[in-house]
Amino acid sequence: MTSVAMEYGIVLAALLFSLGLIGIMLRRNLIFVLLSLEIMLNAAGLAFIVAGARWASTDGQIMFIFILAVAAAEVAVGLALILQHYRRYNTLDADLASKMRG
Amino acid sequence: MYDLLWLIPFFPFLSAILLVVLGSRMPRAVNGAIGAGSIGLSAIITIIIGINFLTSPPEGHSYTQVLWSWIDVGNFTPAISFHLDALSLVMIFVITFVGFLIHLYSTEYMIKDEGYARFFAYMNLFVGAMLVLVLGDNLVLLLLGWEGVGLCSYLLIGFWYKKPENGYAARKAFVVTRVGDIAMLIGIFLLFMHTGTIHIQQILDMAPRIWVEGATIPVAASLLLLGGALGKSAQVPLQVWLPDAMAGPTPTSALIHAATMVTAGVYLIARTHVIFELAPAVMTIVAVIGLVTALIAGFTALTQTDIKRVLAYSTISQIGYMFLALGVGAFAAGMFHFMTHAFFKALLFLGAGAIIHALHEEQNMFRMGGIRKDMPVTFWTFLIGCASLAAIPLVTSGFYSKELILWKSFSSQLGSVWFYIFGALGAFITAVYTFRMVFLVFYGEKKTEISHLPGTRILLTLVVLAFFSTVAGFIELPHTMGDFTLFSNFMASVLPSVPVLEYSLGTEFLLQLIATLLVAVGIYIAYVLYVKNPEAVNNLTASPAGQGVYTFWSIGWGFDWLYDKVFVQPVIFISRINKQDFIDSIYHGIAFATEVLHRLFTKTQTGKVRWYAMVLVAGAIIVITLAVLL
Amino acid sequence: MTTVFYIASAIALLSTIMVITRYNAVHALLYLVVSFVSIALIFFVLGAPFIAVLEVIIYAGAIMVLFLFVIMMLNLGEVAVQKEKEWLPKQMWIGPGILSGILFVLIVYTLFQGEPQWAIVDMIGPAEVGAELFGPYIIAVQLAGLMLLAGLIAATLFGKRVKFKEKKEKEDS
Repeated sequence: MTSVAMEYGIVLAALLFSLGLIGIMLRRNLIFVLLSLEIMLNAAGLAFIVAGARWASTDGQIMFIFILAVAAAEVAVGLALILQHYRRYNTLDADLASKMRG
Repeated sequence: MYDLLWLIPFFPFLSAILLVVLGSRMPRAVNGAIGAGSIGLSAIITIIIGINFLTSPPEGHSYTQVLWSWIDVGNFTPAISFHLDALSLVMIFVITFVGFLIHLYSTEYMIKDEGYARFFAYMNLFVGAMLVLVLGDNLVLLLLGWEGVGLCSYLLIGFWYKKPENGYAARKAFVVTRVGDIAMLIGIFLLFMHTGTIHIQQILDMAPRIWVEGATIPVAASLLLLGGALGKSAQVPLQVWLPDAMAGPTPTSALIHAATMVTAGVYLIARTHVIFELAPAVMTIVAVIGLVTALIAGFTALTQTDIKRVLAYSTISQIGYMFLALGVGAFAAGMFHFMTHAFFKALLFLGAGAIIHALHEEQNMFRMGGIRKDMPVTFWTFLIGCASLAAIPLVTSGFYSKELILWKSFSSQLGSVWFYIFGALGAFITAVYTFRMVFLVFYGEKKTEISHLPGTRILLTLVVLAFFSTVAGFIELPHTMGDFTLFSNFMASVLPSVPVLEYSLGTEFLLQLIATLLVAVGIYIAYVLYVKNPEAVNNLTASPAGQGVYTFWSIGWGFDWLYDKVFVQPVIFISRINKQDFIDSIYHGIAFATEVLHRLFTKTQTGKVRWYAMVLVAGAIIVITLAVLL
Repeated sequence: MTTVFYIASAIALLSTIMVITRYNAVHALLYLVVSFVSIALIFFVLGAPFIAVLEVIIYAGAIMVLFLFVIMMLNLGEVAVQKEKEWLPKQMWIGPGILSGILFVLIVYTLFQGEPQWAIVDMIGPAEVGAELFGPYIIAVQLAGLMLLAGLIAATLFGKRVKFKEKKEKEDS
């Protein structure tokens, strides 16, 4: 039996989330933006698991499974979009997406 | 057999829709056949149901047909359902039968009009709405028909919409009746709030149990309903719209503004008579208003030159008599006068239409005259109508109904001798202006040449109406003449007879004699003034006092002038001050601010994902900070 | 076991920092796999073995491999690394760093408002999760299935090779 203060788990999740956030705001490369998004999703999932462990409930784990499904779908669509973007502008610069007008 | 009830309003509505959709693509003959035929079918079904009702009356002397539920919220459950009893049977008989004759007349009268199909569509819609109004078994359905006939009245007054004054008359009619309608609407709300039901019969059953006589609620409710009735039936002080409503085609005036719609107020009061009986003060108000209206409109009719306006004022005056009857509790008498009035007034309007048509659309009576020999059928039928209106004894229906009202106004518990005196005075005036009209139009020298004579359909209609104007009176004879009370007995299941004070037959006979003499004197005066000695009239109106009275009467006792000063001018004044519409400028300001903000926020739309993410995070920080701090 | 939690946390944090600072996408990806595996360990410690397994299989396995495929398809090479360096000057770190820092401080501040919540970890196995998932949450599962189907269709559609040449010529002229 282990006992971990829930706060530490949540703090870890918050830290990971913040790092992912920095990544999104910082990077221009679309691949890195998507990676940072994955980090953030994972951090959110971690928070659910920690809370689920605290209250000994299965709901936390179930939410994680849904987050997993969302992440999978998001990555599939996101990567396809990145491919299109690259074919069009021959670069992965996210700022160039602002040229998509109308 | 009663299952056919729904067909009566169904045919006019169906035909109205047909005419609206296909009317312009069909030949006129088909339009006319559909328009008049649908009402004819309704009339036939009404007669079948009526015979059935007389021979084997339904249980409780009423029959309710529920077609479908309309709204169902809590205990607010108005359904599309029709209620047939003696009262509504008389109403639908008059509406469909007189309506059919007027439609038949219109097929010839309107034949040259470009809006032929449109005219019949409106007329059919009107008949349908009027039938819904009288058959509706709940107040909401009644209101639907009530507003429906108002709409059709508006459409038909402004039928020749190319003339601006016709549109003005239509708007005036609509707005003035609207005033009453609002009162009626509030009255319906009030009744619903205090009884918890919208069904007329249930309200009438409950009313005597939950309220005592003279309680606040029935007084308020009956006053508010009375407001609606005054507007629709053109009674003082809301009578100003009816004379202007003559801008519509003559058959419209006959059907809507004489025979049926304007008597909706009478129907409403008769229908909800239980509530009125709980408010004796309101009953007296009804009687007084009716009497005042009858006199004011009678005096005004004396001075009109337009034949249709004379008839319009006489309609107002005759409905005044009906209100007098209702006010003294003689509901059956009021309905009796409604029926006879529908016949003879429709006859008079249609006759006037035939005359106007024959004389190059001339409506001024002083430019008519001497056409007695050229239009014999029109003359004799018009004369029968006038005799009925003036209540010439024994042979006319108007005599029996008016006599009944005058007798009840004297003998009823709610009546008084004053009611009788002023009522008889009104009958005297009626005789004067009616025969003034006859003498001016048919006697004297010819002033306008006849351009074309009425055809068979017009004459047939006039003859049938003249027949009914005469015989319709014989179903109710006064005590002095056999005491034959078929009509009252028939209505007794819905409209109980009022308690009457006991008087000897001699008294009644005396009163009848007085009224008859007054009528005779009135006709003689008209004869002297307009046939024998026309100069006398000119001398009379030439004097300053006479001129003043004449002008005052001819403008309808200044009601139009008063309303113009009190209501119309201030509104125009305010709208002139407020030309820029300061409330609008607030909205313009909002629009302007929105646009400025919009331009500001456009700047934030850089299209850069990283920038968006940063703004997002900043927003999240602000929200969380607020949540933490507060 | 508590020690394992802290060590795994440290590894996860370090590798995540490495992810967002790398210039080469493949390197970042590998660090992210490390991060995911250490988080899987944390899940195991927290009594969620089923989720730990899913984390390794789906996150560290499937999703990361998907990334890898795309990077290989794009075939970026040394030039891309140079470009990344250009795109990431030192001063770029200030704004996002401050914003994220504030957010983190806020979360931690709210977190430590109340009494510390001690989690007495009780293992919850896949059987219980499955029973719950296909019991009360069945509609959510079906919705997630629909969402994955939509993602599949969208990815197929976007992944198609569309000819941009004509458009480019038009824009140039």
